[in-house]
Amino acid sequence: MRGGLTTADGKPLKQALAHAQARAKRKALLLVVPLLAFILITFVMPIGQLLFRSIHNDGFSANMPQISAWFDETKAGDAPDEAAYAALVADIAAAAEARTIGVVGTRVNYELSGTRSLFTSAGRNAEDLQPPYREAMLDLNEKWGDPQLWGVMRSVSSAYSANFYLAALDLARDENGEIVRAPEDRRIYGMLFMRTLWLSALITGLCLILAYPVAHLLAVLPLAKSNLLMILVLLPFWTSLLVRTTSWMVMLQEQGVINNTLVALGLIGNESRIQMMYNQAGTIIAMTHILLPFMILPLYSVMRPINPSYVRAARSLGATSWTAFRRVYLPQTLPGIGAGALLVFILSVGYYITPALVGGASGQLISNLIAYHMQDSLNWSLAAALAALLLAGVLILYWLYDRLIGIDNLKLG
Amino acid sequence: MALPIYASPLEKVWHWTYKAICTAIFIFLIAPILIVIPLSFNAEPYFTFTEKMLSFDPEGYSLRWYDRLLTFGMQAPDAPRDWSWWRDVLANATWLDVAWNSIIIGFFSTILATGLGTLAALGLSRSEMPWRRSIMAVLISPMIVPIIITATGLFFFYSKIEIQKWGVPYLGIIMAHATLGIPFVIITVTATLSGFDHSLSRAAASLGANPRTTFFKVIMPLILPGVVSGALFAFVTSFDEVVMVLFIAGHDEQTIPRQMWNGIREQISPAILAVATILVVVSIALLATVEILRRRSEKLRGVTAG
Repeated sequence: MRGGLTTADGKPLKQALAHAQARAKRKALLLVVPLLAFILITFVMPIGQLLFRSIHNDGFSANMPQISAWFDETKAGDAPDEAAYAALVADIAAAAEARTIGVVGTRVNYELSGTRSLFTSAGRNAEDLQPPYREAMLDLNEKWGDPQLWGVMRSVSSAYSANFYLAALDLARDENGEIVRAPEDRRIYGMLFMRTLWLSALITGLCLILAYPVAHLLAVLPLAKSNLLMILVLLPFWTSLLVRTTSWMVMLQEQGVINNTLVALGLIGNESRIQMMYNQAGTIIAMTHILLPFMILPLYSVMRPINPSYVRAARSLGATSWTAFRRVYLPQTLPGIGAGALLVFILSVGYYITPALVGGASGQLISNLIAYHMQDSLNWSLAAALAALLLAGVLILYWLYDRLIGIDNLKLG
Repeated sequence: MALPIYASPLEKVWHWTYKAICTAIFIFLIAPILIVIPLSFNAEPYFTFTEKMLSFDPEGYSLRWYDRLLTFGMQAPDAPRDWSWWRDVLANATWLDVAWNSIIIGFFSTILATGLGTLAALGLSRSEMPWRRSIMAVLISPMIVPIIITATGLFFFYSKIEIQKWGVPYLGIIMAHATLGIPFVIITVTATLSGFDHSLSRAAASLGANPRTTFFKVIMPLILPGVVSGALFAFVTSFDEVVMVLFIAGHDEQTIPRQMWNGIREQISPAILAVATILVVVSIALLATVEILRRRSEKLRGVTAG
């Protein structure tokens, strides 16, 4: 006996086994590779692109090469000299020629509002300007001597900047490049992040309160009956999101079913119909309804296998029904509560459609602001920065979910 | 859930209160879906029950909003309804057009998601799979990451690679919807495979079947119900999706939810309720199919339902 056990063809068994295992590993991996490649292209790379956009915006630097070079050579706080103004005029003239002056103005405008027209009007006149350029520019508009404007131009002369993240966190840079809080009336993002968190927590809480009794009932009923009642949970789950949102709009309207019923019952007067839509109430009601199945299903799957004899044992040992519930039943359902609450919270912080349709102004969440910057204000870098912050939050929650519950245990229907 | 015979009066009261609470919650769950159905037959352009409807007067009900679905977008909706009128419907009716788009996008994204997802689930369920947990986390993440973020990223990505210029219609939106459907396929198929008895495939191999025969004759029939319900989930995800369409779909790639979005935002009319009713009927059919498949799968796997 030398070298221990061998296979029939004389290889050491250990080696042969390792070989076979490596091959099985490769085979398993090979099955997953096509999907991983697909996800890489349609999901990971786009998100990478989004993160890149949030720190990269070459609207100024790509179109204003000469003045950007001047900023590179000088240091922050240097007063602009005649060479700087000459470079500025040359760049503006070239940008006006190439019709990119609007892009330049917009980029500067993100940092210092009211400056876009400064650039476009300079673009119209740049051809006629004669040296000395400093006087010529100041004649055109006093603001061209403003140190704050020059500070901003210096900061945007590099394509890479963290300024969009600062803006998304209600921060800004002053003329010396120090980070300061944005003026009071501009601090909207922090408020929106807080509102998103608060409303999501509220909706999660409401879902839990509504889901717990229903899930318990479904879990203790005989299977034939509970399967029948389960349809009432699964049908909303399978129904189109837009259908559910539409029907809530129909029900919550001022002339809608709920208000009409209340008026007909004489509970409220015809003039004092309740405003339940286009405000936070609309967002809360509709989202609670839409996310409720996501809470009921995990709770149900945890409650179903719980043995009823535990509670009976507690009762027989003298516990009141409340004590038996609190000390015996509730602790056994905690995994379901955790799974459902985390799932509902994760889904609700990123909700877009329902708040956009029934939320009005006060029911908007952070996603709606991302969409606004993508579609209306067209400040894509700011949208990307807001999306990146939201993504970071969601990924932390996702990691937590995987740690506590494990994604393998995610079940549908 | 019967009340024990020794229940105290307080417990009796609580028992009935509890049942009442549960009933109320069930009504909250189902009422919004059921209420749109009768309202879509409203003869008046209101979103509430008219007196005629409440007294079940046939005059209070009509099919005008369903008719509107056909005529909306037509060139000559008031022309006599002969052969050329129907041709006009087929050529120009907006809702038919978007329904067709929805079906094409849903079909191809489902094929893509189901094919790739099933293959990956087969790999993931093998015990030899390395980095199983991390790979699973990546594959499920499109379901967790808010769609608005994915849509924003795809918008940047597609405009960078200029996918519109590739000349393949629907390509961008199909890939996007497939990405969203993949987590559902992975979850359902791995759940089915978790109950799969691997000694069956070993038995097939020992009886001389090659891996291909084993897969098609033994594994596939057993996991098929899971695959089909995963595919249905993927289809519903695509069929119901609006954010991606808003962000990346071309002008001629609008879908039913997108058209509903337009209708709701601009001027909401009961025609939207008619669409909603049709979609509710579709989802009832899908739910029934998934339930039947689930029971079949449990029977095949020998898991008896109570």
